[in-house]
Amino acid sequence: MSDSGQAVFDRRIEAEQKIEPKDWMPADYRKNLIRQMSQHAHSEVIGMQPEGNWISRAPTLKRKMVLLAKVQDEGGHGLYLYSATETLNATRDEMNAALHSGKAKYASIFNYPALSWADVGAIGWLVDGAAIVNQISLQGTSYGPYSRAMIRICKEESFHQRQGYEIMIALAKGTPMQKAMAQDALNRVWWPSLMMFGPHDSASAHSGRSMQWKIKLRTNDDLRQSFIDQTVPQIKFLGLELPDPDIKWNEERGHYDSGEIDWDEFKRVISGDGPCNRDRIRHHKKALDEGQWVREALQAYHNKKASASAA
Amino acid sequence: MKKSNDLYEVFLRSIRGVDHRHVGSLHADTAEQALTYARDVYTRRSEGVSIWVVKSTDITASQEQDAESFYDPMDDKPYRHASFYVLPDEIDNM
Repeated sequence: MSDSGQAVFDRRIEAEQKIEPKDWMPADYRKNLIRQMSQHAHSEVIGMQPEGNWISRAPTLKRKMVLLAKVQDEGGHGLYLYSATETLNATRDEMNAALHSGKAKYASIFNYPALSWADVGAIGWLVDGAAIVNQISLQGTSYGPYSRAMIRICKEESFHQRQGYEIMIALAKGTPMQKAMAQDALNRVWWPSLMMFGPHDSASAHSGRSMQWKIKLRTNDDLRQSFIDQTVPQIKFLGLELPDPDIKWNEERGHYDSGEIDWDEFKRVISGDGPCNRDRIRHHKKALDEGQWVREALQAYHNKKASASAA
Repeated sequence: MKKSNDLYEVFLRSIRGVDHRHVGSLHADTAEQALTYARDVYTRRSEGVSIWVVKSTDITASQEQDAESFYDPMDDKPYRHASFYVLPDEIDNM
């Protein structure tokens, strides 16, 4: 007697084994993964825009080269994640269409503009820092291709946060004007960085299911707390003011307490009404449209070669 | 009728969750046959949980003599590595 697909699947999840593309899996597991992984991919790719905006204005050649390398990495990471999502039979066209229609989301932080050079430092330090906390946990996710993509991405990304913090050190130890710029960037990037972990566990639509299936191994609030705990000493080291007056060490919990996130802002920005949502999607569409002739030319060349070798 | 059968490259996944790794090659007439042979040749000691076979002619490979144009441009980009950024000891676990 052979076990049902569901029974085998359940046993594998229970035993913390990976699920691979050709294994039987529940339709909702597949759907949930496609949602989470494609949104992760979109975040990588849309995330190239706020930083890419500063490549031509980086203050030194070194910073410019570093920023180029980082933005290039983000594009590569988007590609790993799109490819991993395609192992679930989602197509790139479907994923792009969902992004453009607003059905698929991406990290809402990228709907804010990078206003000054200090933002580039704060993004590397805080946004990549938050992403790394999340991604380290996701290395253990139950879907094999997602897990392997995360391992590769974490390894490559190790320089992203450090380069950002290095920029912040230079500014925080610089002139009063530079220090003020660093403080301003920290104040603006802090809250959207905390929002990257998603809604509170009690309000998260997908968390329960995702935890059961071990797609996610730690909850949104748990990950967010880790990020706050590791980042507060880094803020203090820079000699900057804490961006949230309610941040206080809680001896009993062994964690930092912190103030409440503005969830109205989160909802407004994630559903399309942030400062840059329309720009981000418009730019993505434009880049896709402008590359159309290249894809057509490649297809025509391929067809020509195929018909030549068939003749 | 073809004179000889095809060469297949064999990839094994040793345990669930890790990548398939190339282990060798063998001759077979069909992909299914290659899979059966691969089982006999490469997994006699339970070396894997999954086998991939790919026709050798379907693999497009870079050549060793082209290594320069593939890899040289990466040599002068140490800033792609975390160790390039020197941070104070207090923060260095980042």
